[in-house]
Amino acid sequence: MTETQRTGVVRDINGPIVTIELPGIRHGEQVKIGELGLFGEVISLKGDRAVVQTYESTDGVRPGEPAEGLGWPLSVELGPGLMGGIFDGVQRPLEKIALQSGDYIRRGIDVSVLDRERKWDFEPNPDLELGQAVSPGTVLGSVQETETVVHRIMVPPGIHGELEELAPAGAYDIEATIGRVRSGGRRSEDQGRGQSHRLRMYHRWPVRTPRPYLRRDDGVAPLITGQRVIDTFFPQLKGGKGAVPGPFGAGKTVVQQQIARWSNADIVIYVGCGERGNELVDVLETFPQLDDPYTGRKLMERTLLVANTSNMPVVAREASVYVGITMAEYYRDMGYDVVVLADSTSRWAEALREVSGRLGQMPVEEGYPAYLASRLAAVYERAGRVETHGAGSGSVTLIGAVSPPGGDFSEPVTSHTKDIIETFWALSKELADARHYPSIDWVTSFSGHVHTAAQWWHENVNSTWEDRRRAALALLARDAELSRIVNLVGPEALSSTQRWDLEGAALVKEGVLQQSALDEIDTFCSPEKQFALLDLALRIYDLGAELVKIGVPVQELQRLPLLSRTRRLKSLYSSEQLDEIRAFRSEVEKTLEELRQEYAKQEEQA
Amino acid sequence: MSIKEFRTAVEARGGLLVMKHTPAIAFGDRVRIEDHTGRIRNGQVIRSSEDEVLILVFEGVEDLDLENTWVRFLDAPIEIALSPELLGREFNGLGEPRDGRPPILSSLRRSVGGSAINPAARNYPREFIQTGVSTIDGLNSLVRGQKLPIFTGSGLPHNRLAAQIVRQAQLKNEDAAFSVVFAAMGVSYADAKFFRDEFASSGVLSNVVMFVNLADDPPVERLTLPRTALTAAEYLAYDLDRHVLVVMTDMTYYAEALREVATSKGDVPARKGYPGYLYSDLAEIYERCGRIHNRHGSITMMPVVSMPSDDITHPIPDLTGYITEGQIVLSRELDNQGIYPPVHISPSLSRLMKDGIGKDDTREDHPRVAAQLYALYARALETRNLASIIGADELSSHDRRYLTFADAFDRRFVGQGETEDRSIEATLDLAWELMSIFPKDVLTRVSEVEIGKYYHEVDESQVAAGSGGPSSGVTTAVQSYGGSQQKKRKSTSGAQPASTA
Repeated sequence: MTETQRTGVVRDINGPIVTIELPGIRHGEQVKIGELGLFGEVISLKGDRAVVQTYESTDGVRPGEPAEGLGWPLSVELGPGLMGGIFDGVQRPLEKIALQSGDYIRRGIDVSVLDRERKWDFEPNPDLELGQAVSPGTVLGSVQETETVVHRIMVPPGIHGELEELAPAGAYDIEATIGRVRSGGRRSEDQGRGQSHRLRMYHRWPVRTPRPYLRRDDGVAPLITGQRVIDTFFPQLKGGKGAVPGPFGAGKTVVQQQIARWSNADIVIYVGCGERGNELVDVLETFPQLDDPYTGRKLMERTLLVANTSNMPVVAREASVYVGITMAEYYRDMGYDVVVLADSTSRWAEALREVSGRLGQMPVEEGYPAYLASRLAAVYERAGRVETHGAGSGSVTLIGAVSPPGGDFSEPVTSHTKDIIETFWALSKELADARHYPSIDWVTSFSGHVHTAAQWWHENVNSTWEDRRRAALALLARDAELSRIVNLVGPEALSSTQRWDLEGAALVKEGVLQQSALDEIDTFCSPEKQFALLDLALRIYDLGAELVKIGVPVQELQRLPLLSRTRRLKSLYSSEQLDEIRAFRSEVEKTLEELRQEYAKQEEQA
Repeated sequence: MSIKEFRTAVEARGGLLVMKHTPAIAFGDRVRIEDHTGRIRNGQVIRSSEDEVLILVFEGVEDLDLENTWVRFLDAPIEIALSPELLGREFNGLGEPRDGRPPILSSLRRSVGGSAINPAARNYPREFIQTGVSTIDGLNSLVRGQKLPIFTGSGLPHNRLAAQIVRQAQLKNEDAAFSVVFAAMGVSYADAKFFRDEFASSGVLSNVVMFVNLADDPPVERLTLPRTALTAAEYLAYDLDRHVLVVMTDMTYYAEALREVATSKGDVPARKGYPGYLYSDLAEIYERCGRIHNRHGSITMMPVVSMPSDDITHPIPDLTGYITEGQIVLSRELDNQGIYPPVHISPSLSRLMKDGIGKDDTREDHPRVAAQLYALYARALETRNLASIIGADELSSHDRRYLTFADAFDRRFVGQGETEDRSIEATLDLAWELMSIFPKDVLTRVSEVEIGKYYHEVDESQVAAGSGGPSSGVTTAVQSYGGSQQKKRKSTSGAQPASTA
């Protein structure tokens, strides 16, 4: 990376695509274009000419201006000081840019990602001894990055050898030497045999290369998001990959933000990829005020934002997803469970399409290039639970929003995504129009993790979880079928048992599936409360079904005030007030039992 | 270089001019073109290489010949002059006067391209704007700094609604400097005149800047027009501390002009012939609105987007919906029944509503009342659909309440006069009056406290009739008409713009 910088000449400017003449430049290399110094990346080579996609607008650039090859591919700085920050699609810190260039992003601005001035209290790893063999991932020590996050300083990938020097506890900036490693030279892939490497608290990593790990593990524990329809019906595992497709206005962003807020991950990385500026500001303004339900600290302390809003340059949008995932892998390597929320992967795919269109590549489906499916798959495959080199197991969960044009799930991005992911939360326009939120459609959504999640639920919450979940879904399926009949011939055609089915399904929909992100109490729901509510709705349905069987009119049951109270219960009692929910359940059982006896008596008299 | 003229055009097609043998020309620069009659046209460099320069000619290439066309590269981006004198004036897409008055003289000139607002410098919009329209204020509230488009179809009264909003919009309990930037792209002479007269008669003309490109003006100019208009809006908002409402009509014509140029440039088409960068291009325009830290002014945007053949999944409304913070959707069925404004609430949405309403901003019951009305209306539409198949008589008395509600909602809540300026309190009180058609236990979205405070049982027929409503005979006719429409729609496609009776 210390190669001398080479300078060439700009030949052609076509929007963000610039052709330069610079012999010896490598594919993927970073380039600085023109007098403004716009950053870009080589995406194709032909003879002495290279095609560069620039991350910034090229207005004012002329042929003949210089172009400089920087010698390295698009990479990110990884070290303490990332947490709580907001970066653009190529990891430039937006807050520092705002201080330097004001309200608008000036072009060609070059600011360091991590704060070079700030001192961190470094605590060396007490288990390490000088002379000991270390390898990538060996924890050298730690700094307290935020109140919630302990940042482990590790030997960067590619360095094996003998620990020559380790700094004592104290305050250091990130450029300071905190250790030296002499390469052993046994292994052929080691960089510079017998050479001494100076280790700092940060290193750089190319974003398009997945970070190495020891081995891949299966996911074991569900990612608890506090959202009933997700946790109870379509669970996601830590280390899983999922997609949230939905037409505009169906609530994708709210679902993603709710996961960012309430999931039991250690770190959340939110990639706003080609989305609205105001929505990112919402996250920026509210997260520092919100409490993390697990640690009680502020949410922003475990959150990191990558923002490429829809009006920011399209090429940086393509990079933003890789930048987010690389930072996630870095924290994974420290042994953390990281959730990456990419909102939205359709914008990422469109950025691919836009660039490929400008290059005149042959379009396949709806103008997308032929490599769309393989690129998508490669991105999602970077998620997973792994055994790290030195910090136990960690995971990256990747949840991508998909914005299908016209809400058509058969379009290329949605259908290719569907082939790769394991959890599919399909948002429905019809539910959103009726303000049924989250509008995750229980008919078309799926989760490949139900069985694994069930083990966790059975151990930690209730051993009947899987049965209850299945019973609820069966009831909802019956409801969908019966609703079709009602739409054709009216409710009168149904038997009273069937009408009670509809009522029971309505109870599950309104009392369990619907959950308001805006309601102070209901916005987060613990697994215990989730189960209690589901169990209550099903219990009422079961007891009611028995009553209907002995002749109690459905109308009489519908009139019971306890039904409307059941629908409100979710926002009446918090996750701590399980006793109140249990008390209500006994009350319900009592009322229904009284009704049963009353009817039994009438029967006898008759 | 700016003095030198070139006569080296080699190709002219579809609004584009190709030049050879030019020196290094900056991408994005402004160009002046003189044809054989001495007529001056404007252009912009859209591709620049050493041996060829591609120029977009805003006035089109009609009547140009390659021999006698003189091109001058002005070595500057496209800019407009900015001064407070803009107010009350009318310009074209390049900022040249259209009103016969002299051009703006000012040393302050800005490039119309703009640059992206740093998300870290943005303020979250949260100040409720009262438009006096119940369906907007009550159910899809607009806040300062929001972009909320009106999705409409040909022949629907979107212009009247936009004009009503311009007339009535006010911040609750505040009187601040207020301006309107009006950008018309490809609209008819009559529509432009309607707005001009509207602004004049309501006395706001001195606070309006108009940028107009009529249907018979060169379409290529539509590509810079919204950018020019927004540069003016940014100046008014952030330099002069004004709260600016930008009305843009019609974004569909803008996108069509973009497609026209993209096609002649040979760009790879994505959907329906629109280029793959339509999303990014629209976002560059829409995302220029918002609020910024430490700046007093704001830009609120209300673009009008007509849905070709009323299809909400058409690329233009579709991509717009993904960028804007919600949408107000107009319905032909409501319009056919004479309901004004024909806002169809089901597909309408305001994403920024949640932080602009409630106890401190409007009234404490507002968020839950809105959710409740939406839930009731959704169920009511289902019931209406059912009634059209099996007949209203077959419905249970409970379901019949929904029919009464749907009808009263359409006529009394959605429908209002073109000059009727309802306060948010009046809107919410009306909502409670309509909700009182139902027994208390149906209203599960509102809290028990709110029911105690605002719910008052009324005679059902009274609510249905409302003040001066039409007779019940008319009501039934309307219902059955709406029902058949619904049925028809269901059989064709579920993805069509939701329409109701």
